[in-house]
Order: sequence, then C-alpha cells, then structure tokens
Amino acid sequence: MRWLKNKDSLYSVLVLLPSVILIAVFVYGFIGQTVYTSLTDWGKDPSQALSANPQIRFIGLENYRELFTGLVDSRFRQDLVNTIFFTLFFILGCLALGLGLAMILDRGPAGEGFFRTVFLFPMSLSFIVTGTIWRWMLQPAGGVNQLPTVVGLPKGGFAWLTSREQVWQFSWNDLPLYTALVVSAVLMWIGLTAFRGGQRRRGWIAAGSAGLLLLWVLVIGDRLQLLPYDEPHGFNLAFIGIILAAVWQMSGYTMALYLAGLRGIPEELREAARVDGATEWQLYRHIIFPMLAPITLSAMIILGHISLKIFDLIFAMAGADNAPTDVPALLMYLTTFRANQIAKGAAIGTILLILVALVIVPYLYSQLRSEVRR
Amino acid sequence: MRSLKRWLAVAALGLGVASLAQGSGKLEIFSWWAGDEGPALQALIDLYKKRYPGVEVINATVTGGSGVNARAVLKTRMLGGDPPDSFQVHAGQELIGTWVVADRMEDLSSLFRQEGWTTKFPKGLLDLLSYKGGIWSVPVNIHRSNVMWYNPAKLKEWGVTPPKTWAEFLATCQTLKGKGLEAPLALGENWTQQHLWESVALGILGPDDWARLWRGQLKFTDPKMINVWNTFGKVLDCANKDAAGLSWQQAVDRVIEGTSAFNIMGDWAAGYMTTTKKLEPGTGFGWAPSPGTSGVFMMLSDSFGLPKGVKNRTNVINWLKLLGSKEGQDTFNPLKGSIAARTDSDPSKYSPYSQSAMKDWKTNKIVGSLVHGAVAPESFMSQFGTVMEIYLNSKNAQAAANAAQAIATQVGIGR
Repeated sequence: MRWLKNKDSLYSVLVLLPSVILIAVFVYGFIGQTVYTSLTDWGKDPSQALSANPQIRFIGLENYRELFTGLVDSRFRQDLVNTIFFTLFFILGCLALGLGLAMILDRGPAGEGFFRTVFLFPMSLSFIVTGTIWRWMLQPAGGVNQLPTVVGLPKGGFAWLTSREQVWQFSWNDLPLYTALVVSAVLMWIGLTAFRGGQRRRGWIAAGSAGLLLLWVLVIGDRLQLLPYDEPHGFNLAFIGIILAAVWQMSGYTMALYLAGLRGIPEELREAARVDGATEWQLYRHIIFPMLAPITLSAMIILGHISLKIFDLIFAMAGADNAPTDVPALLMYLTTFRANQIAKGAAIGTILLILVALVIVPYLYSQLRSEVRR
Repeated sequence: MRSLKRWLAVAALGLGVASLAQGSGKLEIFSWWAGDEGPALQALIDLYKKRYPGVEVINATVTGGSGVNARAVLKTRMLGGDPPDSFQVHAGQELIGTWVVADRMEDLSSLFRQEGWTTKFPKGLLDLLSYKGGIWSVPVNIHRSNVMWYNPAKLKEWGVTPPKTWAEFLATCQTLKGKGLEAPLALGENWTQQHLWESVALGILGPDDWARLWRGQLKFTDPKMINVWNTFGKVLDCANKDAAGLSWQQAVDRVIEGTSAFNIMGDWAAGYMTTTKKLEPGTGFGWAPSPGTSGVFMMLSDSFGLPKGVKNRTNVINWLKLLGSKEGQDTFNPLKGSIAARTDSDPSKYSPYSQSAMKDWKTNKIVGSLVHGAVAPESFMSQFGTVMEIYLNSKNAQAAANAAQAIATQVGIGR
C-alpha cells in the first residue's frame, strides 16, 4: 500500500474508480460478450433465437468461416470490398479537397472568414441530415439528373445510388493470392530500407519472410480455392453518390486541420525559401507538404475509422436494403435484428472492431510512445 | 429518523397502490400503424374505450413501413423481459417462426372456439395461423398481394389487354416495347422486387406447389424453381432500371402517368390511388390478378397475439375479442383500405375495389405471401434478400436456387 502515501492519491483513486469500473463493464465487458457470442450458434435454430432461456452452443470460428467462405454470405464479402473502396475514395477525396480549400484560404482572399464558415458548415450537420439532403438531390427521377434540362440538354441518366454496375472486378477466390502478394511486397520494401539503413539482420529477416511468402504463393496460393466457384466482387458505381455526400460532409474538417497547419508554418521559412530561389511549387513540394504530414496522418485516422463504421449516412441515403450500397455495419443490423442471426451479427461486429482497431491501435501506440519520450 | 421511516412507509404504500392501478386499468398496444393508417387504429381504440371505459389505452406506435423498425424495438423489449400487452405482427410464420417456436406466445385456440371464429374465418387462413395444434393470433385485416394494376385508358390507347399468364405478359411486354415504351413494368425498391418475385413464383408454380414449397416438400433447387428464377429474370427485363431508388408509391405513379403499363403491388395501392390520387376505381385505374394467378388469393394479414407473462391479460383478451368481432373488423378495415378477415362482413361499407376483393376472398383458393410474413419465418424472409442479390448480380438461377435451399435448410422450413 505504498502508493496510498497520502490523501491526494486516495482521492484520485476514488475519483477514477467509477469510470474505470463503468468502462470495464460497459466497454470491455460488452466487447468480450460480443466476441464470445460470435463464437456460438445463437440464432442458427429459430426456435432458440429469441426464447426466454436460449440454448446456446459454442461452435468456435464457424460463423467466421461461413462469412468468408459460405454459400449464402456473398453479401458480406461484397460489403467488405465496398468498405475498402469507400474508405479509400472517401479519405482521398477529403484530403485532396480539404488541402485545396485550405491552400486557397491560406492566401487570404477577400471574405476569408465567410468562406471558412461555409466550408466548415457541413460538419455541423449529422450524417442523417446530410444523407436526406443528398438523397433528394440524387434521386433517380429528379435532382442532379435534371440539371442539364435547365439549359435545354437531355436529362442525365446516371443511376446515382441505384446502379448495379461494377468496375475493377476480381474473384474472391484470388483473395489469398493477392493478400500474400501485397504483404510480400511490403516485406520486400521493409527489407530494402533496412539494408540501406545498414540493419543487415532486420533486412535478412524481412527479405526471408517475403521469399517464403512468395514461395507459398507459387506453390499453394495459386491452387487455394475459398469457394467452389468464382465469385466476382468489385467497386459498385452506386457508391459514387455516397462518397460525394460523405466528402461534402467531412472535407471542411480536413480543411480546418490543414488551414491550422498552414498558418502554423512561420512566414520566415517561406521567405527564406523564396530568397534561396525556390519556385512556388518547390516551396510547397519540399517545405510545406512535409510539414503537413503529421496532420495528414491524424486526418486519415479520424476519417478512416468514420468510414469503416459508417451506417447512418447510407441508411438515410439509400436505405438498409439497397445491396449495391451496403456496408458491414448495415448488414450487421439486418443480420441481428431482422434475421435474428444473433451470433453471425456479433461476428460481423467483431470483424468491424478488428478493422477499426487496425487503424486506431498503431496510431495510439505511436502517440503514446512519443508522449512518453517527451 | 422516525419521520424518515414514516415517509418511506407512505411512499411504499403509494407505490403499491400505483402498481395495483396499473394491473387493472391499462392496455398497451404496440403497432407500426402511423400516418395514413393511424386513423384506422384510432377508430379501433375509440371503440375499445367505449366498451371498457375504465381501461387506459397506451398507443405505442413505432413508425416505419411494414414494421421494419417496430420489429427491432419489439425484439429488444421481449428479450429485456418487458413485452407489450399486445403487439401487431404479420399473421402466419412471421409470428410463429419467431415467437411461437421460442415459446413466447399463448395459444388462442380456445378463444377462437369460444367466439365461434373457427367458422367465421376461411379455412385457408386458419391453416396459416395454426402451428402444432394451436392458433396463435387474431387477424384484423386481409390484404391481397397478387394484384396487377394498370391504367385502362392507356391500355386501350396501346391496344393491349391485361395478360393472363406470364408468357402472355412477356409477349405483351415486347409489343409495348415495340411501341416505344421503355419499361412496360414499373418496379420499386428492394422489397417490391421480392413482392414481384412471389407473384411470378405463384403464377408459375400454382397454389399447390407454392404451399408444398413452404412445407418443405418442394425443394428450392427443383427444376420448377429454376424455371421461376428464369422467368423472373425475363420479367425484370421489362422493368425500369432505376427501381432501387423508387418507393412503391413512385412506381404506382408511373402507371398512372402512363410511362409504364403495369405494376404489381398489394392492394394498399388501391387505397393510395383512390385516397391520395383521387382516381375512380375501375376507370381511373384497373386491376387484375397478377398473371397466372386468377382464382388464387395470395393474402397477408395484420394480426395481434397474446405474449406470455403480460401484465393486463384480461384487457388483452377483451382487445382480441374486439379485433375478431364483426363490428371491430368493419370499423377498422374501410379506413385502412383492407378487407375484413371474416367472411360475413358488410360489403356496403367498402370501396368498389375492396368489394371485388371480398368476393374473391370468399371464393378463391387462399395462399400466404412470402414477403409479408405469412409462409416463411422472419429469418428466412430477411435472408431471402441476399438470395435476390445473388440472382440480380449473377443472373444465375442455379446459384440463387442453391442459396435459397441452403437458407431454407438452416432455418428449418418444413421441419
């Protein structure tokens, strides 16, 4: 009991205790409960799904196996692909637009404050409101498609939220192959940089692992079939409408971040670069953009976890049942509360948690480490 | 300290009295009848209050078409041990496959016998409400699912008649396309596509095979079912491509405007066209059984049951008695735009469309709807959306059939 040296530390423990207990139960306890549920067969038998005392059996990773390789779960796999494309375009869109707007505002145009408010305004809306507005604009019979008729052109025919077209298709069966190729490429790159930096041991380990993985690709990965048939997945064009709305909502936020970053760069630095004969492009390329890199990283983390768990925007824009714009979070809702497949819903939830953790945990780790160093 | 004790005693007494009052005088009715359907429910509640003035009726409505939100709320309440006194549910397997198999409902067959309902409701309906020797809910209304709507004036202009079979429909579709009609069939969002599917399936299979399918006697992988999917694919080629973005009302609008010739929708569309669009039944809009289904009435029904362990059981029984009575049904249905489940209701209170439906209800063969919960449990219906996706994406009838059979096996259809 040495840490209870004085009253102050006793007080601090007492003050912290309720929130520690609450978080332990309502966050981590429930995460554990969900993960456990995902390993059971709760909901497989309809007569047990909603009974007062359901008999629930532990079945291990069966739900996950079904989600990734089962006959009837192709929708989940398409949803995963949707999420990845959505995240990619959403982040790229927000970063590009936000940076562009920030650079324009940084030049101090007339009415800067006004424009800053205008650009930041969408962020004050909830995704439900954004979704409703954009649904009106993108609805098939009216909205944006009618715009050309104003100047006498024929009306547009793009099915914003309802298109069934897919581009960049690949077969789900090739997934292990592609994953292995990407991972080995990353390992190769790590190895190369290690060799260049003189860390020979690290380099050899990375290069060796990459080689093993490539060998696996050549020998086994080629023949590994997750499904007995080829199942095409790709980028649903219907998502373009959703991405537009999401970028509209969040690019103001990245603009604010970038603007703060740009304002934080001292004028002397730019002056010095200009005196040294740097062109405006070189100034941005070598001075300003590198200094904005940490901001880009935090923006990517925030936007990344928003896009992985997005639900309300799509629910409002296209409804829960519109499969071309479906994402895992929506599917989890449908699976749990409509189909009563409670364990499978929990499994989808767990996969979402893992995805978000993949984004957040490395960030938190690096943040905590730099704080400790300070 | 003494005064505190006394105060506590008074408080406890007060609580006891309050809970007693709750036990004798309340009835909570859980439904998704809001908006256009609200007044019909209110009329029923008013009737109930007139008969039992002492009972406080709580109208717990959760909005959302066909109960999508209400069902999720209901599940959390039931799992949390707080069932509403009586809740609305689509009659048939939606109730049975979810709540009856879970042993959450009381058997109402003695109430049916006591009120003489076993002879007042048609046998086909009683079959759908029954499971393991019990009858599980009281149907308030009947809607028809397999109706094809059209605009008589437009059809005359195009020189076509409502097709009687799906083969005839496809021929008519080609004729209309030849006359420059882009999409002869107007189609709406996801669930209305499934609604179309069930009409196609019923038309191809006929009522007997349709019933066998849900008893597990006809496999989803049977060649007849492959034929259903292939025909469905051809029918879809006649439909608009922006379907996913349209509500069912918007799809009906296209028939009224004449940009499409036909729409297949339940008979709430008649209510929409008469009440909202002010069209005259018979001249402003016309109807026929969907192709291949004449003489068959594909029904769906809203009903109320009695959950186990409710607080105000007597009040609920009285409510159910009212719902099943002739007066109750004839008060509710003309306002709702549906017809009475009883075969002895008074036709003069109903619209011309409803009168024709009432005639069919008495004479036709009765089968249950898939999309609206009569023949398959919720867990099947909900995952059937995925089957539809597999077909729409791949246009592969065999793949869809395999997936449907896999789900049917998993949820135990015909077990």
